[in-house]
Amino acid sequence: MTAQPLLDVSDLTVEFATRRGIVKAVQHVNISVAKGETLGIVGESGSGKSVTSYAVMRILDRAGKIAEGSVMFSGVDIKGATENQMRDLRGREISMIFQNPRAALNPIRKVGDQIEDVLRQHAQAGSADRAEKAIEALEQVKIARPRERYHAYPFELSGGMCQRVVIALALACNPQLLIADEPTTGLDVTTQKAVMDLVVELTKSRGMSTILITHDLGLAAAYCDRVVVMEKGRVVETALSADIFANPKHAYTKKLMQATPRLGVSLRDLLPAEERAAMPVQALLTSPRLRGEVDARSASGEGEPASESLIPPHPDPLPASGEREQKPLLTVENLVKEYARQGATASLAKLFSRKPPTEPDKFRAVDGISFTVGHGESVGLVGESGCGKSTTSMMVMRLIDKTSGRISFDGDEIGEIAPNSFARLPLRKSIQMVFQDPTDSLNPRFTAARAIADPIMQLGDIKGSDALRAKCEDLARQVGLPLELLDRFPHQMSGGQKARVGIARAIALQPKLIILDEPTAALDVSVQAVVLNLLQDLKQSMGMSYLFVSHDLNVVRLLCDRVIVMRTGRIVEQGLTEAVLDAPQDAYTKELLSAIPHPPLPVH
Amino acid sequence: MLSLIGKRLMFAIPSLIGVVIVTFLLTRALPGDPAAYFAGPSADKQAIEEIRKKLGLDKPLIEQFLRYTADLAKGDFGNSLTTGQPVATELRNRLPASAELTLLGLLVSVMIAIPLGILAATRPGSWIDHLCRVTTTAGVSLPVFFTGLVLVYVFYFRLGWSPAPLGRLDVFASTPPNVTGFYLIDSLIARDWEAFRSAFNQLILPTATLAIFSLAPIARMTRASMLAILSSDFVRTARASGLSPRAVIVTYAFRNAMLPVITTLSMTFSFLLGANVLVEKVFAWPGIGSYAVEALISSDFAPVQGFVLTMAVMYVLINLIIDILYGVIDPRVRLEG
Repeated sequence: MTAQPLLDVSDLTVEFATRRGIVKAVQHVNISVAKGETLGIVGESGSGKSVTSYAVMRILDRAGKIAEGSVMFSGVDIKGATENQMRDLRGREISMIFQNPRAALNPIRKVGDQIEDVLRQHAQAGSADRAEKAIEALEQVKIARPRERYHAYPFELSGGMCQRVVIALALACNPQLLIADEPTTGLDVTTQKAVMDLVVELTKSRGMSTILITHDLGLAAAYCDRVVVMEKGRVVETALSADIFANPKHAYTKKLMQATPRLGVSLRDLLPAEERAAMPVQALLTSPRLRGEVDARSASGEGEPASESLIPPHPDPLPASGEREQKPLLTVENLVKEYARQGATASLAKLFSRKPPTEPDKFRAVDGISFTVGHGESVGLVGESGCGKSTTSMMVMRLIDKTSGRISFDGDEIGEIAPNSFARLPLRKSIQMVFQDPTDSLNPRFTAARAIADPIMQLGDIKGSDALRAKCEDLARQVGLPLELLDRFPHQMSGGQKARVGIARAIALQPKLIILDEPTAALDVSVQAVVLNLLQDLKQSMGMSYLFVSHDLNVVRLLCDRVIVMRTGRIVEQGLTEAVLDAPQDAYTKELLSAIPHPPLPVH
Repeated sequence: MLSLIGKRLMFAIPSLIGVVIVTFLLTRALPGDPAAYFAGPSADKQAIEEIRKKLGLDKPLIEQFLRYTADLAKGDFGNSLTTGQPVATELRNRLPASAELTLLGLLVSVMIAIPLGILAATRPGSWIDHLCRVTTTAGVSLPVFFTGLVLVYVFYFRLGWSPAPLGRLDVFASTPPNVTGFYLIDSLIARDWEAFRSAFNQLILPTATLAIFSLAPIARMTRASMLAILSSDFVRTARASGLSPRAVIVTYAFRNAMLPVITTLSMTFSFLLGANVLVEKVFAWPGIGSYAVEALISSDFAPVQGFVLTMAVMYVLINLIIDILYGVIDPRVRLEG
């Protein structure tokens, strides 16, 4: 890093003109990237990491502008460059790949044409060999049958394939710097690994520099030479990635690392020390998971960790009668869900498609699965997108019909009840759900109190606005939502607060089973840590069972007693969490586990 | 492609049957007695009865309906009571007049509204954005008969620039030989420049009236849909790969923004075609709108039924064209159907 850096950002401040005055999204940021270096920018949402990269590309929104500082790219002053000069730089010298690859491509233009657009703009190829060049670009990102894919539209490709096309687009003109903005967020772990390996291979072989923007410490550690940690628009720490993980200096870096779920820690360890102390003792006493019994060390026979040996043996939170112990709360047997592949529009598709469809008419999203969830148990349902885990949870939730099989809940055969009539049964109270996106799952026109009261008004027996209000406040206290937030609307709350509203709503009717559909996937790690702890405490105090749908094995390891691994509608492996995740039997489980980037974090 | 069109037309048949039944019943349910109207104010009861018998109005409703549908199947829409002409002929003669006016009005408004909407969306808050807002607000808030009258007052009565608002040609020009029914096209085919100029001059004011009115929804929709697309991820990708603003706006943003615009366009077109009665009245335009209203006032069933049926068929055809256009623009529609 002694040579002249390729990109030198110094004292950068970016301002946005908003209705409430000027907001400084990025303040006095210094970043430099050397030739051939891979730099990671790590931070939670709102840390200004994306805005920094947009400023480098000068593609900020109309409202945003570089207020102070300078951005130099191999001798060119980006802040002072004209729009025409910038256009020549973008795509040819600096290019970018984005989060959500499917949305990043023009949905109604063939991917080959989109690559050609870039080649044409930067005069990289004559009209004669442009198509060949585009196909070559697709070949380099290892897309199978690139000649065919050239004519594909983005909606015909999978998410991972779309990201490959975006990479091909970005690298088509051999730029010197690639900025990857959360390139693998939303992709499955195995796809994430494949995409990141590809990016590294391509950039290394061409001697390119890379900026990897991510919220995932593990990813940054695994792929970057140096890491910059940002918080609230400022750089708080810059160091070599090996150093920063071994010896984080800044408090925020430490907090971030602590909150990242990883091997060998318990849920409580994710929280900062002061918050851990504030947690209710009762929960600590009653939860085997919280006391770290699943800790790698205790699993390997070292006994109770010293730090927690003070805690006396706990009474079972659910003093189960024999009958209760024997009969699981939820039993699913041979559950099948079939979808018609094209339905009534099949002939329309035939008209336009080039080749006749070869797929069968029926598609089995869930293909004969059986499992149980016991009283007070959390079961993790993991697998990659499209494996049928969400479909399964929807069927158990009685939101969609099953094709065949049995669903038995607490002695009742609920599989036979149509979703519409189930909504009116008292049983509805017993199965509730917490949804993935805390924002989208709340009605934007309802206040938090109204959202929480909603299920009570539909199915509960509390009448009168005062009693309702009191109940809402009760629930808010239970989930740790400050009471003054009850009258706010979803857009006035943070992601974590909205997640709490969603949880309060789910527990309002004191259900026996809660289905958690990736409840923390949209949250920052520090918020995720708090929410996961909250879920665990609630489960202990209310004696609920959880069916936890997730693709994050590290989170499942922390929260679940048992885990079910699904692939293409079938269960490939199930068992106790420790057993499955520490000694996987199935090749697919092994693949999933090995694809997780492991940050070199200290096991505290 | 052909079977797609065939299938869509098949789907339209039930709704057309519904239209036939409903219009038949509605026209019967309307107040007013066609026999009395036709017999004139001085006719006595017996004369009215006689006419009623002659028109077949004394028969039971079901028999009238059966006879009506049997005639329809032969392509016979019945005869107008007031003019004595077959309805089918009248509609055939008048539809091109309405269509020529509406299409031209729509064409003019599209040529103004779409660029205006795009410019307003790419420069939000600029003078052109404000111009767009003012124009569209004015366009929807001014009723067509008012704009029409103001235009006639200013350009014909005050300035004398435009010809008298009396039909499709001025009195001295001769009608070009009928090929398409559109005078502009027919006169060109016949190389009759005099007729072309005359038809064109007659068209200017009513076209402007319609254009001002239909400008608003199209410009607004273009602006809104362009704004949404311009802030989407793939436009950001296009900008980040250094594409020129022209390529970004035309190839990436506009083509995607066009889908809702086309829907608006089809709605505006079918609305204008039937509802520009007032414009036709103001400019003495021999179109189908004014024909239908006159028939309705005089309880003349056959033209009203013929008009509604024609409009229903037009609507089906326009929707078919829109669906095909959708498929051409958006590959996803082709699969989903």
